[in-house]
Amino acid sequence: MRASTGDLEPRLTWNIVADIHQVLEFPFMVNAFRAGFIVAVLSGLVGWFMVLRRQSFAGHTLAVVGFPGAAGAVLIGVSATWGLFAFALAAGVLIGLVPASGTRGYSEESAVTGTIQAFALACGFLFVNLYGGSLNGATALLFGSFLGITADQVTVLAVVAVCALGVLAAIWRPLYFATLDADVARARGVPVRALSIVFLILLGCAAAEVSQITGSLLVFALLVIPAATAQELTPRPGVSAILTVVIGVAVTWGSLFAAYYSSSYPIGFFLTTFAFAAYLAANGWQRLTRRTGAGARALP
Amino acid sequence: MTTTLATSAAGTGLGDLLGHDFMRHAFIAGVPIAVLAGAVGYFMVLRSQVFSGDALSHVAFTGALGALAAGIDARLGLFTATVAVAVILGLLGNRGRADDVVIGTIFVWVLGLGVLALSVYGSGARATANGAAGVNILFGSIFGLSRPQAATAALIAVILLLITVSSARPLLFASLDERVAAARGVPVRALGVGFLVIVGATAAEATQAVGALLLLGLLSAPAGAAQRLTDRPYLAMALSSCLAAASMVIGLTASYLLPKVPPSFGILAVASGLYALTFLATPRRHRDRSHPTDLPPEPADEPGVVSPRT
Repeated sequence: MRASTGDLEPRLTWNIVADIHQVLEFPFMVNAFRAGFIVAVLSGLVGWFMVLRRQSFAGHTLAVVGFPGAAGAVLIGVSATWGLFAFALAAGVLIGLVPASGTRGYSEESAVTGTIQAFALACGFLFVNLYGGSLNGATALLFGSFLGITADQVTVLAVVAVCALGVLAAIWRPLYFATLDADVARARGVPVRALSIVFLILLGCAAAEVSQITGSLLVFALLVIPAATAQELTPRPGVSAILTVVIGVAVTWGSLFAAYYSSSYPIGFFLTTFAFAAYLAANGWQRLTRRTGAGARALP
Repeated sequence: MTTTLATSAAGTGLGDLLGHDFMRHAFIAGVPIAVLAGAVGYFMVLRSQVFSGDALSHVAFTGALGALAAGIDARLGLFTATVAVAVILGLLGNRGRADDVVIGTIFVWVLGLGVLALSVYGSGARATANGAAGVNILFGSIFGLSRPQAATAALIAVILLLITVSSARPLLFASLDERVAAARGVPVRALGVGFLVIVGATAAEATQAVGALLLLGLLSAPAGAAQRLTDRPYLAMALSSCLAAASMVIGLTASYLLPKVPPSFGILAVASGLYALTFLATPRRHRDRSHPTDLPPEPADEPGVVSPRT
């Protein structure tokens, strides 16, 4: 998947402006930056709620479910995008519904989530095997490739992201209420359960979008780390939501830039490393200010 | 009991089955690993630490590929990485349980390192063969085990199982009611870290059988099913092990009969199917408890006697 840049051997100079001009001369890089922006905004905002709601495990499961979706779509000969969204949405509804039919306890929910995740990945492996065992195809689905993004794909990403963000904006206040205090929200007549399922569906959408760039296994990096970093930095909800988006976009663009200039290392490595470095820096800053008594964590 | 049934059926009906070396090795390694995963998984589900297991399974991928990229035995990397991250997760958390955002942030970065290792290892001269190694680590290659590999895997599984069973009583106490256990002098934090280390080592073991991405199913599905079927802790632990072993045996046999079906899919399909069946068998068993809490509300004196929700 790196063949198209391998021949050119781009060199990084000290002139950043010239470097950026050079990167943007290639339409596929422009598409990658556009797609990265869309994906980072959506996953940042959805991930912000995911971190607040402590649903990392569900988020990770919805993220990896994209792999069987894409593999199954390729197997039956339709566009991988359809499979990605179909599987992510189905898994979102399933995770939202199944625990309700049995125990309401957390352990049951996590066992169900873990089983769904492992079984979905096993299905993906079966699909890849049935398709003819193209191993490179499997690694591309799992670890992503940002080089082949077309203008049409960017349009699809944008349309889905706008719809998902519209829904998120519409349910923002009740969802925030239900997240902070589910019992009080329920007593006030907020449909906590329905909101939870709608949120899982949004999470599935975001995961399906991100996985087209980072691959199924590393979607989680964009969902969890920018939001965790922002919530370390400030307890104010509005500010940390905006900060999440800023960090997400910066990390995505930075890693696209780095991946372009280092032809032998994959984007997933840069994406996770940049994001993790941001998190560590925020965590260190938080410890420093907490020691001097300036900051206080107000988030639950 | 399910295990013996399945084994004897396979033995008599498919006499050919155990005639192949690769099938024998798969059973020698697979059954002890499944029994171990069932027992450890039971505690993992009980302690609501499935996400930690998920994280450790992804760390296993990085460990194995890092070792391959460095040119040493993959198993060495597997155990080193999973045990090291287990200790970190255990120490970071409160009473040996880390916050899920911290877990997620750490493991996704470790997974990113694994991707780097994959690209380093996969860009060598034997790129195709090396790429296949990556897929094997992710999805398992139990039919590819040699005799010494299978024997080592079985031995380590038995040792880990003995450790788990011998610490079952304090672990159960600490899992069911952490505060009372701590007040009674049970070393809750040390148990928490130690348990995560066992989960990490189990993940490293199970990676050899079903692969880093799928072992979570072997840990959580039999355990979830066992918890739906019985309230008694020791019985549930044994049942979880039996269900895992049955999944292993049936899955391996199915994959032997249907060559298009990879063994790890067979194992996972049986395990998930059994769990799904328990939802049909015991539909609304615990409906009365309205609050999702980690701990039972009433303090428990004897861990073996009181098991309110499990």
